[in-house]
This record gives sequence, structure tokens and C-alpha cells, in this order.
Amino acid sequence: MQTQTTTGPAPGLPMRGGLQADAAEDIYLTLTVADQLCGVPVLAIRDVLGVQAITRIPLAPAEVAGSLNLRGRIVTAIDLRCRLGLPPRAEGHRGAMSVVVERDGELYSLLADQVGEVLPLPRAERAPNPVTLDAVWRDVSNGVHRIGERLLIVINVERILAIG
Amino acid sequence: MDDLLADFLTETNEGLGALDAALVRLERAPEDMATLSEVFRIVHTIKGTCGFLGLTRMEGVAHAAENVLGRYRDGALRVTQSGISAILGAIDCIRGIVAALEGTGAEPAGNDSALIASLDAIASGEAAPAPAPAAPVAVTPAPVAPPAPMAPPVAVAPPPATPAASAEPEPGGVNAPPQTIRVTVDVLEGLMMLVSELVLTRNQLLQLSRNGTDSAFAVPLQRLSHITSDLQEGVMKTRMQPIGNAWAKLPRLVRDLGVELGKKIELEMRGAETELDRQVLELIKDPLTHMVRNSADHGLETPEQRIAAGKPEAGRIMLNASHEGGHIIIEIADDGRGLNAERIRQKVLAQGLATEAELATMPEREIQRFIFRAGFSTAAAVTAVSGRGVGMDVVKTNMERIGGTIEVRSKEGRGTAFVVKIPLTLAIVSALIVEAGGERFAIPQIGVVELVRVGGEGAPQLERIKDSAVLRLRDRLLPLVNLSGLLHLESPATEESAFVVVTQVGPHVFGIIVDRVFDTEEIVVKPVAPILRHVTMFSGNTILGDGSVIMILDPNGIARATGVGAESGEGEAERDGKRQAAAQRSDQRTALLLFRAGDATPKAVPLGLIARLEDVERERIENAGGRPLVQYRGKLMPLVPLSGHWDQSTAPERQPVLVFSDGDRTMGLMVDEILDVVEEHMAIDGAGERPGFLGTTVIGGKVTEMLDTAWWLRQAGEDWFGHDAEHQAGGGRRILLVEDSAFFRNLVIPAIGAAGYDVTAVANAEEALRLREAGLGFDAIISDIAMPGMDGIALARALREGGAWRDLPLIALTGRAEPADIERGRAAGFTDYVAKFDRAALLESLRQCLSAPVVG
Repeated sequence: MQTQTTTGPAPGLPMRGGLQADAAEDIYLTLTVADQLCGVPVLAIRDVLGVQAITRIPLAPAEVAGSLNLRGRIVTAIDLRCRLGLPPRAEGHRGAMSVVVERDGELYSLLADQVGEVLPLPRAERAPNPVTLDAVWRDVSNGVHRIGERLLIVINVERILAIG
Repeated sequence: MDDLLADFLTETNEGLGALDAALVRLERAPEDMATLSEVFRIVHTIKGTCGFLGLTRMEGVAHAAENVLGRYRDGALRVTQSGISAILGAIDCIRGIVAALEGTGAEPAGNDSALIASLDAIASGEAAPAPAPAAPVAVTPAPVAPPAPMAPPVAVAPPPATPAASAEPEPGGVNAPPQTIRVTVDVLEGLMMLVSELVLTRNQLLQLSRNGTDSAFAVPLQRLSHITSDLQEGVMKTRMQPIGNAWAKLPRLVRDLGVELGKKIELEMRGAETELDRQVLELIKDPLTHMVRNSADHGLETPEQRIAAGKPEAGRIMLNASHEGGHIIIEIADDGRGLNAERIRQKVLAQGLATEAELATMPEREIQRFIFRAGFSTAAAVTAVSGRGVGMDVVKTNMERIGGTIEVRSKEGRGTAFVVKIPLTLAIVSALIVEAGGERFAIPQIGVVELVRVGGEGAPQLERIKDSAVLRLRDRLLPLVNLSGLLHLESPATEESAFVVVTQVGPHVFGIIVDRVFDTEEIVVKPVAPILRHVTMFSGNTILGDGSVIMILDPNGIARATGVGAESGEGEAERDGKRQAAAQRSDQRTALLLFRAGDATPKAVPLGLIARLEDVERERIENAGGRPLVQYRGKLMPLVPLSGHWDQSTAPERQPVLVFSDGDRTMGLMVDEILDVVEEHMAIDGAGERPGFLGTTVIGGKVTEMLDTAWWLRQAGEDWFGHDAEHQAGGGRRILLVEDSAFFRNLVIPAIGAAGYDVTAVANAEEALRLREAGLGFDAIISDIAMPGMDGIALARALREGGAWRDLPLIALTGRAEPADIERGRAAGFTDYVAKFDRAALLESLRQCLSAPVVG
């Protein structure tokens, strides 16, 4: 649907070697969702919050964990585990971190188990999605980076928010 | 200066500003049609409005300029510098007049004939190249631009050097330009939003400071709080506009329609100064216009028809706006032909919106509401035939979108009235905070009629008909929805005590069951995120004073989701706002439970006599001595089959039972199916046609048999009537019942007879007095109020005057239990006042009356 139009403020993927040849690196905030390393383009991020009080929203899609108050603005929280088809957090978990992104003037919080660091990654090193990748993941991923021993999935914020 | 003129001046000043720039552009690019059109449009508007306001001098000048521009636009004339200069001269002249208008409110005297002549000359093409008029005019532009407020009047002079005009500048100069500025709505919206946030933040701070002990902040915080409140009020004010603004165009519209339709129409507008939020105003403007147009077009008859109907020749349309609480009530009424219920019925049938049977059971108001159905109006025939309906569904939708409601009241031949109730502002609403399934929700106050606590000690109990919960509230059955169920939340195990939020959506009243009720709070409605828009149960969300996010429930959405709005109505129209409740709770309408048993004829029994409705499993029904019994609440309850016989093998798996109960006695009447609950007038024919029935009545167009409760109670066994009267509350004490209606006598006698009282009933007050003369003794008297001949009040006075019965407890039995009535009754000498059918209250009243003063 909207995939073509925007990929958030971060330079998009299809432009490799094209218009934005001068910026050879994309900067990502890494986060962990059920041990999976993910990267969200920092330019898409408005805020990173610790554990928040989240109000459940009845009848909302399962991916919507609820809403929270960010300095007087209402932010809709998306449970990344649920969105990515991963098992829910264990009971004793201390709660999720909120990575706040904006789309069409609305704020959304991506709930991650942990927030890591800000990493510049050379665009040239990004590999396309493996063809065997789970359909849900393929839908929300812009590609894969190798970080040492681990693989980082580049999250397409626009697609992540395409719920319902 | 009146508002119209002020608006005109503001608008014209803006237009003039734009004109200068546009004309200069035009001069440079004479071929620019877009600019030319723009200039033409502005001048045309000014001319038109001048004419409307009777500003002849200005109109003349604008008209001459418009002529020239018109020729340019049509291509009949080439744009020349001298032409533009002449037009600029005209504009300066207009500007001068505007300045004078601002000062004095009147057009200055002056002669513009030379200016007009030069413009006319240009228009006719003669003077196009002629420098004669152009020369003086051409001078004008120079002084125009730099001196803004003072100069314009001066600039008026040059073209023809009118002496009169130059006399005007003083008043224009003394008075400052209009004391209003135009601000884009966006700016106001932005401010409003910021203030809303500020209010929320303030609330949070206040909450924090209440918890903490650090008093250093207390004083400045207090100040901040006050200022915030003032600021909020101020910003709200900037958005408030009198509703008259939305009405301004209506007189003209109505006049034109009148001429067009050959009708005489008087438009009466009241409460035009009532203010409401401009956002709301914008949203209701079109629907209002639409409704007025409908009234004029379809509501009112032609003069001939009106005269034939014995009405004044001129029809009246009345608009009335007023504040009520945090809402605005707008009424659009006409004295026309009213809605034709029959035609609506036909239309409903034709469109398959309801079946004939459904229609038959619907009260008239319910049928009238079909005009709000989508698609009901689209067929042209409806408009022509039945009267109304053009886009009323759109009107309703628009009203609901802003949290408003619309109702229609119509009497055929007498007229139609639409009553619109809308919130004052959409930005901040008052909401009730409730909890269900462990989550908190806000319910906008606009829909909340009342709060009822249920299930606790002495509180009303929730009941069930089949699977749906109902609440018997006063004499009505209120359909209920469980909020936690509706929202798929886990509800707490016990339904011990809960609250019912009685909510009204249009004519439908229903209850929302919630676990807890907190406070009311002013909330700022924020739209929900786009990915949640499909959840129609919520109208928005907000942040509470404690900083938590909360969802705002949409009563309309809930009504739709539960089908309350689609049901055939349960006499809900009766209540229809508290204003009318008093007048409509007439004692002649009775809530009846309709059911089927034995044969196909529906049967009815007053709801007030039924203690409970149960579904008993077939297996639980036992046989004792040829009589069915069931263990019910730890006791044996006799069951009486209404069809006369009961066979375990053919019985349905679940047996619907009407439970009558008294003290610790219960009896169940087995019926086939429970149909409905209606409120109806009681009119029974052919009393006592067959045993067990008082006779027949017509309910919803169907012949319905009225149950003789007393007869059926006897079927349950003699002991029902309390042969062991010692244990009964009544203890065999003698009661005189004065009641003119045989039906009510038949209801009341078994009700109190069952409690162990010895009841004597008479049909009128005169007979009661005869019994007194005859020397009969009673322990208490129960009397109806409204009776033919001597009424209850007169009876009470007569009894209290003296005689043997002077000190007897006297209980009034009536359907009208308003405070004023009660007061009147007490003044006349009644000891107590009890609503008809409230058996429990009657028994309690008897008990109290009899226990307190005399008998032991």
C-alpha cells in the first residue's frame, strides 16, 4: 500500500547508489524483541521511553497493546512481539521499552524488550531479505545487516504500523 | 453599528487590500484572466453587498468600476493603464467611504458623478485613450499606497475633486479601524489545543502537589491554576459565536422559498444570541438550513390548504435556541401538516425496513423516526407524498457525529418539531468516569440520564429475560448491556453490586452495566489513532488528571452494537428527556409483559405483578400429586400451566415461567414463550369471557388476552390467599379499596389480599362514604386519585373532616407520583402516596401505616 511513498524520514532503501550516494550510511537504533535484533531508522524516532503505564484498548487489534501518555500526547503502543508473531513476554519480565515513532502526525510506540545502541551501518552492507524469511517478517523488513555474530532486521516503520 | 455592517466593513477592507495588489498585477499582465476574474469578483461582491445594505453612493462607484472590469473580462475592451487607474480611483473612493462608515456608521454625502462618468466613458470605449479623465485619476495611486489609515479619505478627493468627500476624513480618522481582526481558524484551533494541554498539565501538577508536602510550590501553583482557568475561558470565548450567525441567511431563504412555492411563511427566530463553539456552529449550519428548508417546502401547506384546515393563512416556522446545562437545544418547529404516519408506514413496508407486525407494535413516535433512516428519503415520491425526509438521515448523522441528538415530534395536521441537542463545544466535555472489567472508561455526560445502583442491599436487582439482562426501573423495563461483556473484558466473578448508567440515544433509553462509578471530569476529547477508527464503541480518548490515558465511550456506537437503536421500541419514547417525563407518566399507561401460552393469542399481564422471569429446565420440574413443582430458591414452588395441562414428555427443554412472589411464597405460571414488554393504555372489553382472563384488549394492533392474575393465583393452591393469616403481614386487617377501574381493582385485591389483608373494594368515593354511614369499620383505606365524580382528593377531605373514619390511615394509589401531586395529596389528608403497581411499596406503606399509630 503505502510502501512506495515513504520509508520515514530516513533515506530509503530503493535509492542505493542513486540520489543519495553521498550518505553511504544509515543510522539505526537497535532493539531486541524476543532475542531478535532489530533496527529502526533513528530519523523516524521521536522518543525512547522506559517502562510506561499503558491503558489497554478493548476491541483493538491484538497488536495494539494500548495507549500511553507522552507529555500530554496520546501514543498508541504496538507490541512488536505480537506484531512479529513472537511469543508474549514472560510473566516476570520487567516491562517493555517504548520507541516512539510518528506517522501522519500520530505518535506510535513500538514496544521492545530492550533498547540497544545507535549504530551507523553502511548501506552497501545491507542484504536483501532472505527469500525464505517468514511472510510477516518479510513484509515489515527492509533487509538484513550482519552485526558481528548476530543478524539485524531493518524495520520498515510504515509497514509495522500497517495494522488492520 | 450593526453586526452586518461591521462584517461588511471587515470584509470590504480585506477585499480592498487584495484589490490594490491584484490591479497592479493586472496592469503589468493585462492578459492574466485569473487576476482579472479575481478583481471582477471582489468588486462585484462589494457592489452586491452595498446594494443589500443600502449604501447607494458606494454601490454607484462600484457598479461603474464593475462595468469597466466586465468589459475587460469579456474581451470587449483592452486593459489599459488609464483604465486601471480609473478603477484604482474608484477603489480609493470606496475606501474613503468605508473609512467614513467605520467612523459614523453612515455613508458620507458626496458626489461621485465625475468619477462615474469617467469610468462609464472608459466602459463605452470612447475615453479609452482619452487622457482627460485619466490624468487626474492617474495621480491617485501615488498617495494611496503609503498612508494607510489617514490618507484614504484624502484620496477620495482627487478624481473629480469632490468637496463633500474631503469633509469626511475626520470621523474616519478619529475612530480606530474596526476592533476586530480576522484570525484563521487554524490559529484558534492551535491555541485551543495548547490550552487543553495546559489544563491537563495543570491538573497533573495539582494532583502531585496534593500528594506532596512541599508547600513552596503551592502558592505559585495556585496562581498558575487560576490563570490557566482564565486562559481556557478566554480561548473558549474566542471560539464562541452566536447561533444567529448560522441563521443569518434563513430569512432570505425562507422568503425566496415562500415566493417560489406560493406560500406565506413567517419565520420566527428566538435565542439568536445563544453562543456556541464555532466548530459546532459550522457543523450544524447546513443541517439547520436543511431542516428549515424542509419545513418551508414540505412541512407547511399552501395558503388555500391552510385556510381549508382552519389555520391562519401564513405558516410559521420557529427557530428557538437555548442553553441547557452544557448543551444547546435548538428547536425547529412549523405549524404545518405534520408527518403523515400512514404514508411513512407504507414507505417503510415498501422498503422492507420493518414488517407489518413490527410496525403494528410500534408507537407513533417510533414510526416517525423512520424519516431518519438512511435511504428512506432518496425516493422522490417520499418527498412529494409523505412530506419530509430529504436527507434527514444525513442531518441525524451529522448531529450524532458531534455528540448531539435529534428528535422529531409531530402531530398530523398540527405541525412538526425537530429538537436538536448539541454540546456547546467539542473541545472539552464533561464525562462520567466508570470502571468495567478492571479498566476505566469515560462516558460523555450528554447521554447519561441517571445512575442506578443495583444488586446491593435494598437496591433494585438485575433480571433476565432469556439471556438479556433487564432492570425494572420504576414501572419500566430497561434493556441493559454489560460493558465488560461488550468490550470483551473479563468481568469480576460477582455481579453482587454494580451500577447501571442509564443512557439515552435518541428516543432509546438503555442501561450500561459498569462495575464502579468514579467522578465526573472535564475531559479534552482527542481522536483515536487511525488504526483504531474501526472500533466504533469509542468516540475518542483522553488523558485524565492523573495522567493516565482513558478511552471515551460512544453511546451511539454502543446502541448500534447492541441493536438497541434498531429494536422496535419498548415505549422508550415515553421518557424522552426529563422535561417531558412528568407529563407523560400518565396513570393510564401500564407496562405489560406479553407472552404466548396455549393458543396463538398473545396474552398480557402487568409487569408490576411479576416478581421474576425464569427459565426452568425440564428435568427440574417434579410432579407431586398431579401438580408440577419446582425447587426454587430452597423452597418448593407450585407451577401452574397456563395452557391448562402440562406433560413432561412434550414440554420444552427449558420452561419459561412467570414467577409471582409474596413474602416467602412463590408460584410460577408456565407459559410457552415470552414475547415482549410494552407500555399500553388499558382498555379491556368483554370482561370475564373465560376463566383466567379479565377480557381482551388490543395491544399493538393485536387482540390480546389480559390475564386475571387473581384467578391463576388461586390455581396454585388455596394457601396462597393466606389461610394461615397469623403469619401474614396483613393479619386479616380490613382494608377498603376505592378504585373506579375494575381492572385495577382486580390487580390490587389479590396483591394485598395475598398479604393477608381482608379487602373490600368499592368503585367510587360516594359508595365508600355510604359504607362509612352504614357503620362499617376498616383499618386503612386505599384510594385512587383520579376517579369520575368525587375524586380521591375530595374523598380524603371528606373523610378527614370528621366521622368514624377520620383517623384512619389513608393511602393514595396513583400513577402520578410527582412531588407536586404528593404535596396536594398530603394536604388533602392522605397518609401516604404509592405508585400503582408498586406492590411492594403498597404493602410496605400499609405495614407502616398500620403498625405505627393504632393497631398492635
